[in-house]
Order: sequence, then C-alpha cells, then structure tokens
Amino acid sequence: MTLTNRHDLERLGKHHRNMWRIRAFEEAAEAASKSGQVTGAVHLSIGQEGIASGVMANLRRDDMITSNHRGHGHTIAKGADVKAMMAELFGREGGSCGGKGGSMHIADFGVGMLGANGVVAAGLPIAAGAAHAVKLKGGDQVVVCFFGDGAANRGPFLEALNWAKIYDLPVLFVCEDNQFAATTRTATLTAGPGPSARAEALGIPAHGVDGNDVLQVDDLVGDLVRKIRSGAGPQFLHARTYRIKGHTAADAAGYRDAREVEAKKLDCPIGRCAALLREGGVDAVALAADEKAARDEIAAAVAFAAAQPWPDNREAYLDIQDVGAPSWS
Amino acid sequence: MELSYLEASTLALAEEMRRDRSVWALGEDLGRGGVFGQYKGLAEEFGPARICDTPISEATIMGAAVGAAMVGTRPVVEMRFSDFALCAVDEMVNQAAKARYMFGGQAKVPLVVRQPIGMWRSSAAQHSQSLENWYVHVPGLVVIAPSTPTDNRALLKAAIRSDDPVIYMEHKDLWALKGEVSESDEVARIGEAKVLKSGRDVTLVTWSKMVHVALEAAKSADVSIEVIDLRTLWPWDRDCVFASLARTNRLLVVHEAVKAGGFGGEIAAEAAEVLGVPVRRLGAPRIPVSYAKPLEDEARISAAMIVKAARELAARR
Repeated sequence: MTLTNRHDLERLGKHHRNMWRIRAFEEAAEAASKSGQVTGAVHLSIGQEGIASGVMANLRRDDMITSNHRGHGHTIAKGADVKAMMAELFGREGGSCGGKGGSMHIADFGVGMLGANGVVAAGLPIAAGAAHAVKLKGGDQVVVCFFGDGAANRGPFLEALNWAKIYDLPVLFVCEDNQFAATTRTATLTAGPGPSARAEALGIPAHGVDGNDVLQVDDLVGDLVRKIRSGAGPQFLHARTYRIKGHTAADAAGYRDAREVEAKKLDCPIGRCAALLREGGVDAVALAADEKAARDEIAAAVAFAAAQPWPDNREAYLDIQDVGAPSWS
Repeated sequence: MELSYLEASTLALAEEMRRDRSVWALGEDLGRGGVFGQYKGLAEEFGPARICDTPISEATIMGAAVGAAMVGTRPVVEMRFSDFALCAVDEMVNQAAKARYMFGGQAKVPLVVRQPIGMWRSSAAQHSQSLENWYVHVPGLVVIAPSTPTDNRALLKAAIRSDDPVIYMEHKDLWALKGEVSESDEVARIGEAKVLKSGRDVTLVTWSKMVHVALEAAKSADVSIEVIDLRTLWPWDRDCVFASLARTNRLLVVHEAVKAGGFGGEIAAEAAEVLGVPVRRLGAPRIPVSYAKPLEDEARISAAMIVKAARELAARR
C-alpha cells in the first residue's frame, strides 16, 4: 500500500502512535511478568497491533467489542486508560476491574470494551447477543468480535455466525489468524480452506486482509463498518498475521524455528507503518519521538500500577450477586 | 383465580413483558408456544423479536443472552430441558455467573435461565435429571425451584426483575398441577422459604415436586412433620429452617436429585455443624434415570419412604 494524500499521512501517524502504545504496553507487561510483578498469565499480541489499530480507527466510542485472552491491544485501541489497565495486570486497586480480572478478563465498559475472555470462542456468542440487544433497542451501534484462528474449531464459532446471519445482526467478526492455536500450528488441526470459507458457507461475506498492513485493515474495515451500520448484516474479516511471542509470556515457543520468527519480525506492522511514513516525508526524529512518547506513557503506567495498594480484602466479597453473596468477616 | 403451574408461568412472563420493554424471551420453538406450551400466545402478543425462535444452539442461546443482558436488556432463556442446558454450561458458569465479578462490577447480567427438571413420562436418562445442586455450587448464580402455580408466577416475576443471573428450574411433572393464584400482581422475595405444614417432631426441608410427596407423607405419618418448601435453593432460607429446627430438633431433607453430592447434604451439614441436630437425607440412588416404569421408580422417593425416615428420625434422642 502506498500513501496517496495528506489525509493518509495523518491517519498513518495516528496508527504509528497507537501501535507503539500497544507495543510498549505489552513489552512492559512481559517484563513485569518475568520480574514477578504481574503474577498471572499474560498473552501478548506483539506483531498483531495493525489489526487492533486498523479496526478500532473505524469505531465510535459507543460501538462495542468483545475480545479474547490476547486482548490488551484491542482494549488500548478502543480507548481504555493504560494506567488502569496496567494496574489491573498488577492486580491492584484502581485496575480496570479492581484487580479482580487481570489480563485475561480486562474490560472497560465505559469505552464499549465488553471484556476479554479466558475461554476460546466464548466472545462470539456474547458479541452476537450484544448486537441482538442493539437491534432490539433500535440502535445503530456496531459490535466487533475478535477471536483467533484456533476459535474457528469450536462449536460456538458456528453457532454465533449462524445466529448473526439469521437475525441479520450488526456484527463484524474479526479472525486474527496468528497461525497458532496455543502452542500448535492451527493449520495442522483445521480441515478445509479455513475460517473465511466457513463464514461464506453461512452466507456471511468474508474478506481477507494482510493484518500487518494497518492502512489496508483501516480501509477495508471502514467499508465493512459503513455497510454494517447501514443494515447490511454481519461481515467476516480474516486478518492474517503472526504471533511473534509464545502463547503466554512464559512460553519460549521452542516448537518453531527461531529463523521463522526473525523473518516474521521484518514484517512488523509498526516497522511497515514507519517505512510508509518516511516515504511520505516524516523524518526519523519524529518517528522516534512517537516511540519515546509511548514508552514514557507506559513507564508512567507501570510506576502508577506498582505504587497502587492491593485491593482491600473485602473486595473479594463484592460484586458477586445482589442476593445470596456471603459477607466478609 | 385457578391456573395450572404452566399457565402461571405464561402469565408471569406476559405481565413482565408488558411492564418492561427490555424483557424478551429466546429459545427453541418459542414462537409456536415452546416445547411444553408454556409460551403459548406470547408470540401473538409480543411479536417474533421479543419471543425469539432460536436455532438449536444452546451455547449461543445462553452466550447471546449474556451479551444482551450486559448491554441493557433482560433476556429470559428457555433451555427446554435442564439436561440440554449442559450444552451451555460454559456460558452459564464461566460467563453469566462470573462477568459481574471478574469485570469488577462494570456490568450486571440480569437474565433468567428456565431449565425444566425432573422425572416425567418415561423420559429416561437425558430428559429427567435434577441438577440443581450443580448451580447452587457456583458463586454468582441464584437458583429457584418453584413447587406451586402461585409460586411459579410470583417467583418467575421476581427472577425476571432480579439483576442476578437466575437458574429457574420448573418441574416437568408439575406443568398440569392446578392451584389458586392471586389476582394481584404478586412478586415473591427471592430467598424466602415457606412453612407449608407445621409439626413438632421433624423438620422436613424439600423443594420442587417433592414438596407434594412430602405433604402427602406428612398427612399420613404417625409423627408430626413440619414441611418447609425451600422455593429458592440459593440463597436458601437458613433463618426459616433453623427456626423450625429450634422447635423440632430433627432435620430430614428430601430431594428428587441423586443423594450423593445433592443439596440436601449442604443443608444437613449446616444444621449438624451449627445446631448439632440429628439429620437424615433422602435422595435418589446414584443411578441414571431409566425408561421402563419399574426401573424409573427405583430413582423415585415415595411418601412411604419419607414416613419411614421421619419415624426413624423422630425415634432418635
């Protein structure tokens, strides 16, 4: 993809900053995981930032998303506060979910982020239901559902796609195909030509995109969201990418050739975005400033998170249910 | 007015749907009235968007309800048989029950999951189970099991108005049961048991269809049995049960569910730990429910069994 005008350059600059914020957040999360400050599992989307940034550039604040276990990028791109997010990973007071969810259940309903999910494919029916509610209420919001290539082999994938189609719901299904289902190559476990063919078999228009080309994602999703908002029903996006890190921050991913990973790093969505910006006349100093600003912002988030106290123990007994929850003693 | 247990539920849902536009129902065959006819007439009144016919996709019926509940509607989910609801356990247990908590209170999940339970007309192993205790075990869920037409109206209305995810278990063998239902728009309080018959010797705690078997037993027994219909299993009415035990000092819990790991064990353990009273449980043997009537009856608790257990318990000091 090449830049054609000034508007593209501004748009691309935003993506560059946005993707750096995600990258910096995840590198900091990885470091904090290795140092033991972040205790639970952390699933990184390093190398996949182009999809989160490209999709979310087309959403309104009141549009909604559901995410999977690899959800930091989606959450940041949807507009969540990175300080609260980092505090959540640290399990501290002031975290997005008060320290009760952690990385895998990060959510910010205030910006339409309806939750990451620890169960593969669980977000698809939830997204379909949120869209069902939009339709019942006569709203014009769009719901975007993010899931991985591994999710296409679970039953709720079929059920939710069928559901969205028969009720003609405003959902964009985004399959982020990073080629790995946990620690196994998805292709070795998946019959047929892949997720798009499954969507098309149900009559849902499917579109393929190079997920590491943020402008291509942005352009295509712009069209799809306009279609969905005007009542065209569900759409399916298959975004090809590559998971640079292991399944979790603790997974060294020794099951694949290190040379493969090195080659894929050259295809980094941020690097490709930076190259286009340089082509458009943005100088290296400005690009480095984007990275520095992102790293500074995230460093402040880490400092904030580390300085936050643990949640009060009585929090363990709150927000369970209105009737029948035990009390703290 | 006299209504059946089934008609009472239809009335309750219709009343709540008239009162609150955010209430809607979804499940298989609802448009033609539901598998037992408990939705009859509702599609005509409320239209297909609010009485929503769904594909046979239990996981997504439940999961979609979770999504729809989190963004401001109040879905009533029909699972057809509690046995089929097992296809949606992730959505009930990992999603509906946990969302409010794990998201730090950002969202509530106000939905009702109707899942009919119990033995009924030789329905065999996959259409007869009483799995209420599975859900009692899960923090975040409310569990209700009504035994009469009037309760099925008042408790279903309470379940729909609740902001918690409610597992609502109607007994299939009670659908046709007739009873007096209040003319007023009564809404029950969740978590409140009812003493249906007072007695001096033994407190009998039960719920759902076993309430009727227990009342029959209490009528014929030569010991004085106090019968408590628990109505809500979680939260269960400890105050009511303990107040009764303070008088009788003996607890008998009766349920149709398998005895091993059943909810009777929890109530009995609480009573024994806190009050030190003698306890006794009656529940099904740990066998799947059979098709053939004599074999199906092997899983059934009879009034005679209750009388015998109450008599033995009353003899204890």
